[in-house]
Amino acid sequence: MLNKFIAPALLAITAAVPVQAVAADKIKFDFWYGNTGAIGDVIAAQCKKFNESQAKYETNCTGQGGYDKAEQNTIAAYRAKQQPTLVQLYDAGTVNFMLSGAVVPAVKFAKDNNIAIDWADYYPAISNFFATSKGELWSFPYNNSTALMYYNKDALAKIGKAAAPANLEELTDDMKLLKAAGYDCAYALDFDPWVNLEQFSYISNVPLASKNNGYDGLDAELTFNKGKAVDFAKLAKSWLDNGYAKVMTAQTGKDKVKAFADGSCQFMYTSVGDHATVTATHADSVHWGVAPLPVFKDSGRVNSAIGGASVWVMAGKSADEYAGAAEFIKYITAYETGVKYIAQNTGYIPVTKSGFKKLSEEGFYKDAKFAGREVALQSLEAAPVTPVSRGQRLGNYTAIRAAWQSEFQAAMLGQKDVQAAYDDAAKAGNDILRRYEQTFKGQKLP
Amino acid sequence: MDKRATFPNPWIAGAFIAPQLLLIFIFFYWPTGQALYWSITLEPPFGGGNQFVGLDNFRAVFADPHYWESVVRSLIFAASVTGLSVGFATVLALFADRGLKGHQIYKFLYFLPYAMPAAAVGLSFRFIFTPEAGIFGALNHLYPGLWDPSRIGWQALSEIIMGQGWKMAGYNFIFLLAALQSVPRAIVEAAALDGATILQRMRYIQIPLIMPTIFFLVVINVTDSFVDSFGMIDVTTKGGPSRATELMVYKIFLDGFEAKDYSLAAAQSIILMLMIMVLTIFQFRHMERKVHYG
Repeated sequence: MLNKFIAPALLAITAAVPVQAVAADKIKFDFWYGNTGAIGDVIAAQCKKFNESQAKYETNCTGQGGYDKAEQNTIAAYRAKQQPTLVQLYDAGTVNFMLSGAVVPAVKFAKDNNIAIDWADYYPAISNFFATSKGELWSFPYNNSTALMYYNKDALAKIGKAAAPANLEELTDDMKLLKAAGYDCAYALDFDPWVNLEQFSYISNVPLASKNNGYDGLDAELTFNKGKAVDFAKLAKSWLDNGYAKVMTAQTGKDKVKAFADGSCQFMYTSVGDHATVTATHADSVHWGVAPLPVFKDSGRVNSAIGGASVWVMAGKSADEYAGAAEFIKYITAYETGVKYIAQNTGYIPVTKSGFKKLSEEGFYKDAKFAGREVALQSLEAAPVTPVSRGQRLGNYTAIRAAWQSEFQAAMLGQKDVQAAYDDAAKAGNDILRRYEQTFKGQKLP
Repeated sequence: MDKRATFPNPWIAGAFIAPQLLLIFIFFYWPTGQALYWSITLEPPFGGGNQFVGLDNFRAVFADPHYWESVVRSLIFAASVTGLSVGFATVLALFADRGLKGHQIYKFLYFLPYAMPAAAVGLSFRFIFTPEAGIFGALNHLYPGLWDPSRIGWQALSEIIMGQGWKMAGYNFIFLLAALQSVPRAIVEAAALDGATILQRMRYIQIPLIMPTIFFLVVINVTDSFVDSFGMIDVTTKGGPSRATELMVYKIFLDGFEAKDYSLAAAQSIILMLMIMVLTIFQFRHMERKVHYG
């Protein structure tokens, strides 16, 4: 009896299931990026613009919640054979990816997909960081920065100075005068290795490790515990002890950028990427500027090195996805949609010389919002890149940075002598390097 | 009459337990097997090309002074959290059991901390313990520099101990309350008639009778504080200042995911697993003797 109703009912249900619209023909590919916050939004907006600018390809951009998470997730995805086509990877991940066998080198990708890129147009400091020993870039520089010294103009005026200090000795004197004038935080110190260890070593032309910071082989050994880097740490400790500097980190409540922007501290070292943040968030009473990082008076100043990230192409994807990725690479390396877009919306610098030139001609650096950033480019080009100022090729560098950071923290907090802390950091770092070397036994850096 | 319950059909029995066995295999035995394999080889981050190195990874772990420091820290953490949370929960349960006015609301409120995610608890405690504001801000105003978990190691450790202890107290509370309610009322009332005070009743009658539950909770709390403390640390102190809150489980995360040294992390995981097993066996052998059942 019921059968009379069941069959037509089933028929009706099947007919009622909406016929799926034929899926759009857009070829999709994944792009994973690491930045979060305002910069993450900028990248997501750039992806959206790319999707809207053409109808053939669609990029699926996913923020990974941090540079290190982006690296971890890409590695995990690769192991599960679900890697994205493009990934934005930070500077510290360069060695891992170069030795992985899981990437398509940028030069090869550009050649295979007819992307016209003038490799010589990249700033030497940038291209040297991402290039092999033969000078071939394996990734596309994307959002890069360098470190600058930010200073409070009003505070300097109060002690009778018009220009930022030119070297560390002068900086120390300025801090002494500032303290006497009543400022209780002349300098915001934090435990960031990029600024306190790496940038200082690069600009002073002091090696971090043997074998030209690891470029020449995986058997490099850390040497930062012998030489000027220790002197800088001792100087920073003296600043803390004399009351010129204060520790400003997120853990103490206010990080250095906030402390500088609201006028509590008068000097800080940080990335040019924070230039946009300070512009947007500084108190009205704070008049500030930027200057190149100072070195010790007796050491010459060479270029600072970059930080930030580049875009890598992962291996093992389909030809369609690579075609889409190629279009995206063209988009982000073009002037208007790439270089200029990043420079306008973030504090990052233009990665190509022609890009910088065009921006200057358009009056970009005369605009009050962006003025001062050209100092970053000057810092990158302060001198021809030397073998130890181009960057580093040290395995598991994130771990080495972490080891250095906990030792530096202990030294700054007075728990350990500075030289002992640096020696311990170098020892821990060398253990990491030896294990890394053994893990990749027999392999050579490209 | 044979009172044993037997299931006549082994195939259906197998089908019933298969899903659970599958879960245990996928989420425990398979990853553990993989960790074991990685701990005796050198695993590159992207996979492929493992080299057999025998016990070298374990030797590297034992040779690292930071590792031994983290072991000591983890033991201190486990002992403190267990003592704090079981002790605190026992007190709460004993008084909630008395059936005073509003005890229904208390039962609900005391359990709530356990239902909160560790990240939320950690964030709240970070703000509660911040040196510039709140109660500690006032204290620092009187004695400058007294409280600063971002600089002083033992204060950071206390912060996470209190956070984790507070959270686990909720869990322990429910078990202890249930245990107390299974204590026959007659015994407690008889003691009251004999003139025992409230505290004497608690100490000589109620607590000994709920010892099995307390023992169970101690085992669970110790295991949990070794394994589940990751969320709390990652949100509040991130292992700092200067490794002061770097417990074993956090070190595994740092070595494995931050440093991409999977083999070292796998070796540490295996050691941690064995250590918890030994601790649990120890607890069963020595502490259980003192527990009166039934």
